[in-house]
Amino acid sequence: MVAGHNHQLQPVTLSFTEELSENIYLIGFERTFKFQAGQVIGIALEEQGPRRLYSLCSGEKEETVKILYNVVDEGYLTPRLSDLEAGDTIWITEPRGEFTGNPGPAVWIATGTGIAPFYSMLRSGLARDKILIHGNRFLEQFHFYDEFEAALADSYTRCCSQEENEEVYLGRVTAYLEELPALNPKLKYYLCGNAEMVVETRDILIQKGIPFDHIISEIYF
Amino acid sequence: MKKKLFGLTLEELRVLTSHVGLPAYAARQISEWLYQKEITSIDEMTNLSLKARAQLSASYELGLSPPMDEQVSTDGTKKYLFPVLVNKYIETAYIPEAKRSTVCVSSQVGCKMGCLFCMTGKQGFQGNLTSGEILNQFRSIPEWKTLTNIVYMGMGEPLDNLSEVLKSLQILTSDWGFGMSPRRITVSTIGITPAMLQFLDQSQAHLAVSLHTPFDEERRKLMPVQQVYPLQEVLSEIRSWDFGRQRRVSFEYILFKGFNDSPSHVKELSRILHGIRCRINLIRFHPIPDTPLQSPDESTIQHFKELLNAKRITTTIRASRGQDIWAACGLLSTKKLAENKA
Repeated sequence: MVAGHNHQLQPVTLSFTEELSENIYLIGFERTFKFQAGQVIGIALEEQGPRRLYSLCSGEKEETVKILYNVVDEGYLTPRLSDLEAGDTIWITEPRGEFTGNPGPAVWIATGTGIAPFYSMLRSGLARDKILIHGNRFLEQFHFYDEFEAALADSYTRCCSQEENEEVYLGRVTAYLEELPALNPKLKYYLCGNAEMVVETRDILIQKGIPFDHIISEIYF
Repeated sequence: MKKKLFGLTLEELRVLTSHVGLPAYAARQISEWLYQKEITSIDEMTNLSLKARAQLSASYELGLSPPMDEQVSTDGTKKYLFPVLVNKYIETAYIPEAKRSTVCVSSQVGCKMGCLFCMTGKQGFQGNLTSGEILNQFRSIPEWKTLTNIVYMGMGEPLDNLSEVLKSLQILTSDWGFGMSPRRITVSTIGITPAMLQFLDQSQAHLAVSLHTPFDEERRKLMPVQQVYPLQEVLSEIRSWDFGRQRRVSFEYILFKGFNDSPSHVKELSRILHGIRCRINLIRFHPIPDTPLQSPDESTIQHFKELLNAKRITTTIRASRGQDIWAACGLLSTKKLAENKA
């Protein structure tokens, strides 16, 4: 494999692995580098193996770097990754990426494990003046819910498409946004999730009067 | 369901013949039937024994499939729709010109990249095409024998499906395959740096990079890939790559009115491309539904080209072809998908 200097892989030893809910995993290893909340790293199972990018899911100062991912059945990496245990080795690149947090007011919109960069921002002290809209299919998938609620209170909305209770909006993030009477066009909107969600959400925001240059997207690929 | 032979490399055919119990030399014979002759079934592989053909046919089929629909422009450009996966579709464009004929192939069903100006992105991502499905777009259109050029600029991001794209390039350019010159093939990317380096290393085809603005902040708003693979890094790797004398790198630049069409963009393009032997293809934007972007007028496009040329950057304006059917890449398949959902 040919790789530029900052795509080189380094081995790290997993300090823990945990299945948080069905098919959603959190893994961690000792932090040996600096990063900015919202950045990603490449992960591979072997030095020459295929790598994928994952958002870092821990605070900038925390001793353990965490990665949140869901198992894609037909994927190469995540089914194998989910078989690993503490003490096993994975290969990582240096952190990279410009989808980073800042202290100003903004709206964070995520689906599924797209919450990871925003959790990193929360843990890095960047949650002030933020509004978070998070979508999942099932209630058990709202990981870090208590921390987000403690930090954001009423500025935190959970959209659950398959289960309901009195605390969540029943439906997808896109449906919730469609129903909102107005959005603040002066705010920046940060989107993170799969391509379909990001494109649909972006279209809705633009239709609701948000200038496209106020929409910053991070797509998993 | 039988597996498809079309799209297998010679190495894969060797493994296959070994598993099926055929002699090693049969792999080369099969590749010649697949890529150098015109047959419609395994039964026509007449230099294989009857027993060998029966053994192959038990588990395999040829794997070619015709387009299910086509649109024809008044200028001769055609757009073909191929079915793939279950109720999914890909588009292929055939573009005849005076001295050459080009086919524009898709590499994925839908796309993950989410570029603001792209219709395909609105479908989301449905799946990767196999090398056979990529090559079928070339081999199964009626004009395939007249084709002189292939561009990987249809639906999807080719370098997000690198292994299948590399296999298809190997089959196109090998002497056991279609024997086509890699100088007749261009692979376009939005700039996924590690995959781009692998492509440059393992293929000799031309490279086209979607640039669209020289300013990082603007590019982030158009193309989410900029978040993780910034243009500066892509250009740095291209600048240090030895392209030789024949291999070409070009930059695609869709002009958007009032966004990326100013003299300051020309100045910055000149700065960031300094030291790279390249050309810029300016592309007229064909608006897609609900887009906030617009196309500038012809005089702005011409002026932008002249300013770039004055900076000694070879710049062309891509001819608008098939405008009456074109609209935008991804529109035909998106419409078909919507019909199926209704």
